Formats: sequence, C-alpha cells, structure tokens
Amino acid sequence: MLSRTADHLFWMSRYIERAENLARLLDVTYQMSMVPQSEEAANQSWSAIIALNSLEEAYAAKYSAVNGENVLKFMVSDADNFSSIHSCLRMARENAHAVRGTLTTEMWETLNFTWLEARGRTFEQLNAGGIGEYFEWVKTRSSLMRGTTLGTLLQDEAYHFIRLGTLLERADNTARILDFKYHVLRPHGDEGATDFYQWAALLRSVSAFEVYRKVYRDVITPDRVAELLILNKDMPRSLHFCLNGVIKNLDLIANRQSGETLRQGGLLHAQLHYGRIGDILEHGLHEWLEDFMDRIYLLGDGISKDFLVPMAEAS
Amino acid sequence: MNFYNEMYDAQCGVRAHYKGYEDWLKATPPERIERKRAEADLAFHRVGITFAVYGEEAGKERLIPFDIIPRVIPSAEWKALQAGLRQRVKALNMFLWDVYHDQEILKAGIIPAEQVLNNAQYRPIMKGIDVPGRIYAHITGVDIVRAGAGEFYVLEDNLRVPSGVSYMLEDRKMMMRLFPELFARHKVAPVQHYPDLLLEKLRAVSPNGIGNPTVVVLTPGAYNSAYFEHTFLAQQMGVELVEGRDLFVKDDVVYMRTTQGPQRVDVIYRRIDDDFLDPQVFRADSALGVPGLMQAYRAGNVTLANAVGTGVADDKSIYPYVPDMIRFYLGEEPKLNNVPTYMCRKPDDLKYVLDHLPELVVKEVHGAGGYGMLVGPAATKEQIAHFRQLLIAKPDGYIAQPTLALSNCPTFVEEGIALRHLDLRPFVLSSGECVNMVPGGLTRVALTKGSLVVNSSQGGGTKDTWVLEDESC
Repeated sequence: MLSRTADHLFWMSRYIERAENLARLLDVTYQMSMVPQSEEAANQSWSAIIALNSLEEAYAAKYSAVNGENVLKFMVSDADNFSSIHSCLRMARENAHAVRGTLTTEMWETLNFTWLEARGRTFEQLNAGGIGEYFEWVKTRSSLMRGTTLGTLLQDEAYHFIRLGTLLERADNTARILDFKYHVLRPHGDEGATDFYQWAALLRSVSAFEVYRKVYRDVITPDRVAELLILNKDMPRSLHFCLNGVIKNLDLIANRQSGETLRQGGLLHAQLHYGRIGDILEHGLHEWLEDFMDRIYLLGDGISKDFLVPMAEAS
Repeated sequence: MNFYNEMYDAQCGVRAHYKGYEDWLKATPPERIERKRAEADLAFHRVGITFAVYGEEAGKERLIPFDIIPRVIPSAEWKALQAGLRQRVKALNMFLWDVYHDQEILKAGIIPAEQVLNNAQYRPIMKGIDVPGRIYAHITGVDIVRAGAGEFYVLEDNLRVPSGVSYMLEDRKMMMRLFPELFARHKVAPVQHYPDLLLEKLRAVSPNGIGNPTVVVLTPGAYNSAYFEHTFLAQQMGVELVEGRDLFVKDDVVYMRTTQGPQRVDVIYRRIDDDFLDPQVFRADSALGVPGLMQAYRAGNVTLANAVGTGVADDKSIYPYVPDMIRFYLGEEPKLNNVPTYMCRKPDDLKYVLDHLPELVVKEVHGAGGYGMLVGPAATKEQIAHFRQLLIAKPDGYIAQPTLALSNCPTFVEEGIALRHLDLRPFVLSSGECVNMVPGGLTRVALTKGSLVVNSSQGGGTKDTWVLEDESC
C-alpha cells in the first residue's frame, strides 16, 4: 500500500475517534452542569475541557468568560478551532477524500454524508434541537463508520492502519480524561469525599457505567474506576484493550524497519497486561498516565516514521 | 436556425428509436419523475460525484447536473460512427509516430512543416522514442456533434488527458437504479466494462513486454477538477492512485513509496498535463510531477499513457488536416466529417473571418474547456470588437468555424421539459492494432436556453447515452 494512503487512513480514523470522544466528554459535562452546584464549580468543569485539549490561548482570544455556552460553541462548531468536532469531522472527511478509492463505497458515503450533514448546521440550530441530541448523532455516526468498516472492508493493510489510528487515539483520550478527572476529583488524595455523580459521569463518558456495575457489583470507588479504565482487557475503551489491538495490528503490518516500534508497543502492552492498580497508584497515577501518554505519542511517531512518511529512496 | 431534434422528426412524429422511451414518459406520473429526480440529486451528492470549478473558492465542489431523458442512438448510426472513430484515431496515432520519427507527412507537403515543428505542443524530446505498440493516444475523447439535417461532425479530438468517462458510467448506474423498468424494455448496449477494457489496454503497452506490469493512475491531487474520476478509475481497475510525491526515480526506474518499501511501476495512466510531468524537463516549478520521469521514459523503463507530445495532434491548428492524414496514412476517404475551418493565419481566411465575426465561432488554437472562445451569434458587440482586436494582433492563435446548428433533445429544466443542445464524447481506446470503445460515450447538454457550450465548467449537464442493440422495441 502507498505510504500516503496509509497515512490518510490512519488520520481519517484518528479524527473520527477524536470527534466521538469529544462528543462524549462534552455530553457528560453538559449533563453534569445540570446537577445543582455552585457556578464556580460548573465553570470549572467547562474550563477543564479547554485545558484538556491545551486550547487556553485560542479560547481566550475569542471569549473572555468561560461558561457552558461559549465552551460548547467553541468545541462543537467553531471552524477556526482545529480541535472542534466540526474540524475533526472535516479533517476525517478530507483524509477520506484523498483516498476514497481505497475505502468501500459504503464507508465513503457514510463519512461524506456525515460531513455534509455536520456542515449544513449552525450552532444555533444544533442548540435549538437540543445539544445532547447532536452528541448522540456524532456518536452514532462514528459507530456507523466503525460498523461499516468492519462490515465491508477487506481486512488487509488498509484495515490495520484504520484500526491503529482508532485505538491509538482512543488510548490517548481515555488516559487524558482519566488523568484530568482523577486530578480534579481527588486533588489531595482525599479518600472520604467521593462524589458519586462525578465518578459516574466519568464512567459514562467512556460508556463504562454499566460495565463497572457488571464487573464489580459494588459501589463506585476511584481506585476501581482507574483499574477498569486502565487494566481491564475486555472493556473496549480501556488502555489495555487499546494496546492489545495496537500490537496485534502492528504485528500484521510489520516491515523491515518497524522492529523497534513493535518492541516499544510490546513493552507498553506488557505493563498493562501484567500491571496491578495498587502499584500504579503507589507510583502516582498522574505520573503513570503522563508517562503512558508520552509513550503513546512516541508509538504514533514510530508508526509514522516506519510506514507513513515517504520512505528513503534507497533500500 | 433549424435544429435537428434527436427525439422528434420534422413532422413532430417521434423517431423510431425514441418510441419506447416516449411511451414510458407519457405513461409515468410526473410526481414519480419528480421524486426520482430528487433522489438522483441526493445520491450524486452522497456519493460525491462532483467536480471542482477553477476560479471559485478553493476546494469547492459542484454537482454536474444529470438529466433523466437519455440520448438514444440507433445501432446503425453507432456502427457508422464507430467505424469513423476507429479510422480517425488510427490515423492520429500514425501521425504522431510519424512526426516524432521520419516526418513523411511533412516531407510530402501534406501539412506545412512549420505548423507541426513550431507548434508549442510539439515535443522534440519525443523524437526517436519508440513507444510500445506505436501508440501515443491510448485514450482519446472525440467530441462529436450532430448538425444540419442530422449529419455528424467531429468538433475536436482530445488526445492529452480527456476526462468525463466516469460520468458516462455513473449516469448509466444512476439510470438503472432509478428506472430499472426502462432497461427491461430496451436493449441498451452495456458500458460498464469500460474500466476492464482500459486496464487491458494499459497492461498491453507495458515496457519491454513485462508480463505482469504494475499499473498506476497518476493524479494531480484531490483539488483537481477531475479528481473524482481519477479515484473512480483507479478503484474500478484495482490499481493504486498515486500523486507525484508517491513516486521517485532511481537508476532510470520508477518506484512508488509503499508501506513495505519501494515498488516498481511499469505503466502510468497519467492525468497530469505534459508540462507538469517532470520538473527536470518541463516546468521547473511543478510540484505535481516526478523528477527524472522523462529519463526513465526515454530509457524505455516505463510507459506513459497517453504518451508525451500528443497535443500536437489535437491542436486546433492541426485539426483541419486530419482528413488529409487519413488519406495519407490509410489510403481511405474519411468516414467522419470535419467542421469547415478557417485558419486565421492565412490572410484570405482572416479577412473572411473578420468580415463575418457575428456568424462564426472563433476558438483559441490552444484553448480547451470552452474558455477563450467567441460564439458570434450569441456575442455582444463589445465581445466581437474585443475578438477582432485579438485576431488582428495574433491571427495564428485562432481558428474560426461556422456556427453549427447543434442538434437538441428534450431535457428537464426549471420550467419543465424543453429542448437543449448537446454533443457526444465517445472514449476510444487503442493498443497495437486494436482500437476499441464501449458503445456510446458521454452526452453533454447545454442547460442554458439557446446555449451551444456544453462544457461542465460552463454550466453543462450530462445524459445517459443509449446505443440500442435492437430497434424493434
């Protein structure tokens, strides 16, 4: 497969996954904002979203106040904000457009139609129709794209690069949300004041609320939430699950120069496969997650160098 | 002016080959037709069958309007057209071989040598290169119009990178999806095997007779106006769609960069103009091409389809000589008519043209796409005055032709069904001795009332083109 084709596929799936994760995060924050709380606390959750995406400066350039409506507008439909859902869908579609011949007709039509729909609506229209419905729509379109891929695409290299993009992006997002929320909710490692609603919201944002109940059949505790999202191998948005898929797909596309990237992936996977939550917490969750995100980044970089960037002419 | 009507004869009786369709149209409730037309629009949008328009906002995409009334050609007419096209394309390929080798036709004085050798489209770098099968124009799009009492004329030959074949195929697919019952009632010759035929032709011209050549389609990229077609053809043929940056040349061999390392490329169906192919030889500022490509081509390690330098044969200043080429190379009388053409570089012709501008169509010799032309009868006084100056300043840059009374056909427009002018572009494929084509081609229709310009960039639409295998229905 052409390196450029693989690159577009990889980024197409990353942007779709990013749009979905953003919709999940915004949805949960929006729902949480309706729970009785101080205005300060509410705005804190909104500014958290800006910080989570490292967009403080870009946001400050447009809005003076941090509040629900501004942040939603900025993160949902602002075409100038490259991290908005709107921009993610546009980038996903542009990447797909560049390689539409490699996608199945169904995949291309699904994504193209998603973009045409997204492009045709203003924030005011979305808001009037209930912003929650829009988030549901984004998640549904992402699911549809994933399903169409699974149901129609030949499982060759193209499929492996698409999966790699999805799983790396998801691992990064889950780690980011967990890091941030854990930090906000337990700033001093305070065991007592567990806010059920906040933890439940975090779980819901990664579709893990019911899963938690099923796995633990017990009250929600922060350590178990961390364990579920990091180490559970069967939960589709956990770090362990993502890394399982990453090394499997890396293995399938291996070429002569990808040995080191594969080794790094294997090392990271081993930590999740054999790790214990007690050790991770003792080490410091924040430090551990930061290290994890760095290594995910390096893994993406390695994939890019080994496969995606046009390779040296000689070989 | 009287126009030949494709569907009805002069007494307003429906022509035999349109009878079946007309019956169906009369029997079908207008609401159903309306619903189907809306369905077609939505489907084209969803599939993204669009083209980019130059000069508009970058990346903006537009639909080419699709009309649900087909253009029907009876099989006897098609057979005659096909024979004429074979003959013409064969002669054009022989002409190209000749001008890049012994130049017999110039020596014989059939065409003035300076018309060829001083032509900007003549590429001296091609001299002496033996292209496989002696084929230069592997894919030719011949623009044909019907005029006067119904006779066909060749308006121009497109031997460089003719486009539009994807619309021909998508139009058929759409028509079958919308109105399957029509195809049960008519024996419409199929066209969907075009990509297979194209692939077969491309494989047949591999360099050094390589048995299992790697074929690729080379595109300028996603912002090119015909990008949809490039992806479509690559996908349908099952070959890679590459951009210049995906290729590189090493030791006169072309490779593409893949996730598994470099892979050799043997045949390039290029959809990039000559000028942009290789910055080392042509335009140095081209970022679309591949440095060293011409060197690999000259070394015979890669085949380009179409070959470099075909523009010298479809240039409007060479067009008037095509009938003579046919006589010279094939010893046959041309089966297809040329449009009478005034060559403004000739003083007598220029004088005639200047005296009759309001009646004539004036075209730039190197122009294409309906840009830079004057349609006399439709032009304002200012436009005519402007062209008069252009002609006097640079007579050899222009030709002129009588304004043809292009045939028309009933077409759905805003106000209902109305007559609109149309043309036909069959796609002719050549390799070695064989010249093939799928029946019909792309029918383009000028949607603006009275307009004779059918180019999609100028607001033209398309129709499905039916060659009927059996006219009894």
